[in-house]
Amino acid sequence: MEKQINGAQIVLQALRDNGVQHIFGYPGGAVLPIYDELFQQEDIEHILVRHEQGATHAAEGYARSSGKCGVVLVTSGPGATNAVTGLTDALMDSIPMVCITGQVPTHLIGADAFQEADTVGITRACTKHNYLVKDVNDLARVMHEAFYVATTGRPGPVVVDIPKDVQFAMGDYLKPTSVKHKSYQPKIKGEMEAINAAIDLIATAKKPIFYTGGGVINSGPQASQLLREFVKLTGYPITSTLMGLGSYPSADKQWLGMLGMHGTYEANLAMHDCDVMINIGARFDDRITGALDKFSPDSKKIHIDIDPSSINKNVMVDVPIVGDVAHVLEDMLRVYKSRAVTPDKKALASWWQEIDGWRGRDCLAYRKDDKAIKPQYAVQRLYELTKGPNTFITTEVGQHQMWAAQYYRFEDPNRWMTSGGLGTMGYGIPAAVGVQVAHPKGLVIDIAGEASAMMTMQELSTAVQHRLPIKIFILNNEYMGMVRQWQELLHGGRYSNSYSEALPDFVKLAEAYGATGIRAQTPGELDDAIKRMVKTDGPVIFDCVVTKEENCFPMIPSGAAHNDMLLADDQGLEVEVSDEGKALV
Amino acid sequence: MDEQAIATHTISVLVDNEAGVLARVIGLFSGRGYNIESLTVAEIDQTDHMSRITIVTNGTPQVIEQIKAQLGRLVPVHRVVDLTVECESVERELALVKVAGKGDARVEALRLSEAFRARVVDATPESFIFEITGNSEKIDAFIDLMTPLGLQEASRTGVAALSRGPEAM
Repeated sequence: MEKQINGAQIVLQALRDNGVQHIFGYPGGAVLPIYDELFQQEDIEHILVRHEQGATHAAEGYARSSGKCGVVLVTSGPGATNAVTGLTDALMDSIPMVCITGQVPTHLIGADAFQEADTVGITRACTKHNYLVKDVNDLARVMHEAFYVATTGRPGPVVVDIPKDVQFAMGDYLKPTSVKHKSYQPKIKGEMEAINAAIDLIATAKKPIFYTGGGVINSGPQASQLLREFVKLTGYPITSTLMGLGSYPSADKQWLGMLGMHGTYEANLAMHDCDVMINIGARFDDRITGALDKFSPDSKKIHIDIDPSSINKNVMVDVPIVGDVAHVLEDMLRVYKSRAVTPDKKALASWWQEIDGWRGRDCLAYRKDDKAIKPQYAVQRLYELTKGPNTFITTEVGQHQMWAAQYYRFEDPNRWMTSGGLGTMGYGIPAAVGVQVAHPKGLVIDIAGEASAMMTMQELSTAVQHRLPIKIFILNNEYMGMVRQWQELLHGGRYSNSYSEALPDFVKLAEAYGATGIRAQTPGELDDAIKRMVKTDGPVIFDCVVTKEENCFPMIPSGAAHNDMLLADDQGLEVEVSDEGKALV
Repeated sequence: MDEQAIATHTISVLVDNEAGVLARVIGLFSGRGYNIESLTVAEIDQTDHMSRITIVTNGTPQVIEQIKAQLGRLVPVHRVVDLTVECESVERELALVKVAGKGDARVEALRLSEAFRARVVDATPESFIFEITGNSEKIDAFIDLMTPLGLQEASRTGVAALSRGPEAM
């Protein structure tokens, strides 16, 4: 038997043995033994954040841009409760994360001790799984299990809550190879019968569409490669959810752009009118489907998802395939090739003709302005001046996020980090910190709104401390833009609390943090300012002053169908939203 | 099958008997808005620390399918079986029923308990506690009959169920 080590050392050894190089965290009383061990080693770098929520989003950005597991270390009580938003965000977007939380000593659990919170109770609903480790001899196994659960199947966050006395207690270490799970065994390979049935549908489709999502990204770069091959082979059009952007190159002519509430006209109409829908790693989220009873009414639906509970949850499908995207696509491609399927060329040509008609509508067009910066124009210029395989974009949540998704274009996976499911304002700055840690030489830009950026602005201090040259590109319209847009369209233009008075001077704020502040107020100075931002060798806040009341179009109003979109030219029209629609978010 | 028809299902769930496992299952039901009509849980295998949770729930076929899938993806869950549709099953529930009264009512309560094959497990000059076993409908019927005869209170275990035939789940 090996020499016994203490719980904190077991945690560090387990992190090392699971390939962890970086952790994001914030110390406190109940994790001091682990911080003490961190101090005495050099294998693992700790990035000190300014708020535990920041640690979780940084871990998400790190994970999503690198394919590795994000790791968070926080203290008990408020440390753990502050992490809850990021844990929920990671659960909704299927991001692999292990979050270690300190806990009061076992004999004080339940005593309402100082900085005690029922962490496993609180995080039960916002993690894939969680553990309270009361015996140091369980610690190594639980740590390895946590990484296994977080990174396999549908990825997600796992909390390991460790009382302080367990961190001090001496126990045995156990190598990861000797850990096997009894009940948790995710299914990776799809059923061949279902795959064959899917190919039958794909082979005879007249108006097919690929509808892809974050599952392609989570499955790894190989899944994106296989997807590209399959889409090319069929010649079918492809669209993606917000979370799936980058899995298929946006420069390709089969790419229809993002679908959903603020997706393109052509993507949404093609979804509505298709006869065969091939859903790969997406989950029929309400932002995608709009009104469920009017969603793609005439199509046969194939659904590839690693999570059996995603199947038939919102939309009933004809051919469900439970498995990992890359594995299933590999089998599908093999069957497709071996059966020498030839798509119906004539039907496909007329389907593309129809789609090209919708494309001709040019739904992302907007009225140019030569005096003020339009937010769409700002993202377009940002894209032109920063595009490249080494550029990573994070976002906050709101209008700017949708404009980023519409006007920034992605050629590769893992370059786009956004809070899709939970819609967490304040995600972008800490996520950018995490991305920059994973990609020290990358150009990492948070396309932000000023309201969201204010929620986690303190993480700029993290970036300065750790010399992470993130660029915070704020589309500053002084409004919570998406709230204002909904108030304009649905609440009679009564802008209740959506205007931020007394915003800080972002240039001075950047300087106060020891970063660089750059402001652009006119289209004429925008390009030079962006170039200056890119050249700056450190963190930057870019205060891009944009037109205040721009709306984000196209838009499917709540409760409406895909073929009932609002386009930019419809501005000024009365929007009719049903009462049921108004009740939706 | 009517896609909108709400039906009652008995679902058997084999889980690791670890801290918080019941909270996970209950939290799943409350968090996603599913109903629990009855819930029974106890350890059934001391060596491997396994428990069986038997849940009686209701919903449309789509909701029942979701419940099973959601249960199945909980990490400590080994197996989920819908005993209502996947096999023939035996369901039993045990109840203790306290009835207080004198004279004709008391005699009538005792006579009915015999008809229901209930056992008297506690008796005083003016009360009985009956132990009754059966399916939930039988227990409902017994309690209904006892109500006018001086029913004081009842305690029910919830449904325990197994599939018929030689195989285990």
